[in-house]
Amino acid sequence: MRSFTFIDFVSLLSALRWTVVLVVLALGFGAPLGLGLATGRISRLAPLRWISAAAIQVIQGVPLLGLLFFFYFGMPVFLGIQVPALVAVTVAYTLYTAAFLGDIWRGGLEAVKQAQWEAGACLGLSRWQQFRHIVGPQALRLSLPPTVGFLVQLVKGTSLASIIGFVELARAGQVVSAATFQPLLTYAVVAAIYFATCLPLTLWSRSLEARLDGSR
Amino acid sequence: MNFLPLWRYRDQLIDGTIVTLELTVIAACFGLLIGTAGAVALKGRVKPTRWLVRGYIELFRNTPSLIQIFIVFFVLPSFGLKLPAFEAAAVALSLYFGAYSIEIIRSGLDSVPKSQIEAGQCLGLSGWQVFFHILLPPALRNAYPAVTSQFVLLLLGTSLASQVAADELFHVAGFIESRTYRSFEVYAIICAVYFAMAMSFKILFAVVGALAFRWPRRR
Repeated sequence: MRSFTFIDFVSLLSALRWTVVLVVLALGFGAPLGLGLATGRISRLAPLRWISAAAIQVIQGVPLLGLLFFFYFGMPVFLGIQVPALVAVTVAYTLYTAAFLGDIWRGGLEAVKQAQWEAGACLGLSRWQQFRHIVGPQALRLSLPPTVGFLVQLVKGTSLASIIGFVELARAGQVVSAATFQPLLTYAVVAAIYFATCLPLTLWSRSLEARLDGSR
Repeated sequence: MNFLPLWRYRDQLIDGTIVTLELTVIAACFGLLIGTAGAVALKGRVKPTRWLVRGYIELFRNTPSLIQIFIVFFVLPSFGLKLPAFEAAAVALSLYFGAYSIEIIRSGLDSVPKSQIEAGQCLGLSGWQVFFHILLPPALRNAYPAVTSQFVLLLLGTSLASQVAADELFHVAGFIESRTYRSFEVYAIICAVYFAMAMSFKILFAVVGALAFRWPRRR
């Protein structure tokens, strides 16, 4: 047994980089997939709408922990291959991010009036051009605050990767807590680091909301 | 893929599902109590209470639920308050849900235009009459969708209680997996059960909402 020292604090703080890596991976793969789901939801092809709606419903109806365990413990057994932890975790967070961002962005796209699409059509723009130049930018503005809000959920959600042994901030907390027998101090520090990461995002989301709403 | 060996464990699965539902309902009830009290305090005139409530909201909304459960379960015992796993998870999840409920209920109350309340007062209604007949019905209707979707998130979030070994559904999954080594089947089934519960609640809430809040269109 040893006491909680500055070194422990540094090791917790440096574990934050894995939290950031997870968030970046989840966004890097999840955001394009989410955009696909969002545009699928407003597609003119009915089957495409059904598939994206079903994908969003299923992923949002399953705990994030369930996704993680399914892809980390379940899939390798099913496929009969070894899957590195980082890959399994990335797949789970990608799906999670895609479902939630897809739903948020669909809301943004639907909030833009139908007449905007029609105006684009009248100008002779293709469906893609209407999306790219007219509806997309307006929808982006509308959905920016909830997107940043979801980022907070994602940062907090990465703490679940600790459960399957991925050493990010929460897991580092468990390790330090077990080594120092000081759960109070350790978890307080871990919570404080999460808080310091999430609060700026929350405040940013709120200020975006206030700003964008006021200008409407 | 073989789901048959899991049939032996159906009783455990059902028990786990019941514990998950209990945990969800308990946390939702206490969370809504916190939410109502907090929303009233936020609208109140006492500044220190408002700061306290704001601090509580920010603290619980900006830290992971998992860490909150760990703190209640592992840290409170050093202050002489040793809670069993289920109770610890219930406390932590109630506080988490409460932090979100405050904002939802407050924005529900704020959504009612002030002029309507003043109109009620002009008609000579008492404070309680204004509250029950003018403020509450539209506030409930406006807060309802957010409360119900937060409830479904809470249902899924109770899976974290497995990490302090509360015997809810996800903990049962770990138990069955350790007996059968059938990770794929076990977690596929568990996800399906959670999905079935989430969908049932969503449909139930949609039906209840459609019945309870149809008044503005009828006339």
